[in-house]
Amino acid sequence: MVPASYYLALSAVLFVIGILGVLLRRNALVLFMSLELMFNAGNLAFVTFARMFGNLEGQLIVFFVMAVAAAEVAVGLALIVAIFRSRQSIDLDELHNMKG
Amino acid sequence: MPGQPIVFIILAVIAVATALGTIISRNAIYSALLLVFNFATIAVLYLVLGAPFIALSQITVYAGSIMVLFLFVIMLLGAERLPMSDQLRWQPWVAIPLGLILAGEFAYNIFRWTAEAAAVAQPPANFGAPQAIGEMLFTRFVLPFEVTGVILLTATIGAIFLARSEKLSPGQEIRRTRAVSSAAPAGAPSGDEKRVPAEEHEEAIKAK
Repeated sequence: MVPASYYLALSAVLFVIGILGVLLRRNALVLFMSLELMFNAGNLAFVTFARMFGNLEGQLIVFFVMAVAAAEVAVGLALIVAIFRSRQSIDLDELHNMKG
Repeated sequence: MPGQPIVFIILAVIAVATALGTIISRNAIYSALLLVFNFATIAVLYLVLGAPFIALSQITVYAGSIMVLFLFVIMLLGAERLPMSDQLRWQPWVAIPLGLILAGEFAYNIFRWTAEAAAVAQPPANFGAPQAIGEMLFTRFVLPFEVTGVILLTATIGAIFLARSEKLSPGQEIRRTRAVSSAAPAGAPSGDEKRVPAEEHEEAIKAK
């Protein structure tokens, strides 16, 4: 059998890749995909813990995370579409004049 | 068989490779498709971990609907090929060490705190079955479940509001033109024609 820590290590690796995607890429769509990657890494850790402790609540939390992620993606993509309509670009570096 | 190390290793390699491809690829469509592959791989890992309901939810919700939404938006905007931006050149030199530090912290804590719970125990027979999940969802977790419904409704309304077109819909245009034409005199639709009689009127007053 595979130790549970291997699954957690895989989840950590995926989370770090997602973080690097958010920090390195300037395309708003790819940034959103990196966010989904991080959601998935957290979900994998939750499912692993549910299996480790024989507790089904971890899987339920994953279910709720999926629902909230779907809502987040719907609103986020609508925002991207609105920003693209007004500026013809979804490069995050070109949105710096929104601050202040 | 599903718990064999070779299965885990293959799935882990595919998951990490597709995740890296997602953030490296220059074409957003390739990123999205690699991410679908990654989600499917993680769904198989959920199956191995004894979570069939979550695995199939992952396929339907993530790979099925969320990624289709992504592909819709990519193709709607035509933004699949974006040039690399040259701004913030210093950012990789900060981001990559910070990511490595985070990975080191994860590794330290994982192997420190989970060393005793070494192997994944064999779960009971109905562990993670849809029936068990549904029973918990509609008894102990019924309030979060309802709140989830409200969140999804709010997100739907918000997305429609944000993504609606700025242009007036045909019905609004008709109403607006009617309002304008009823406010203006019937024979003088544009400003120039309106001004001419007024000037003539002023000249007539001066002449008097």
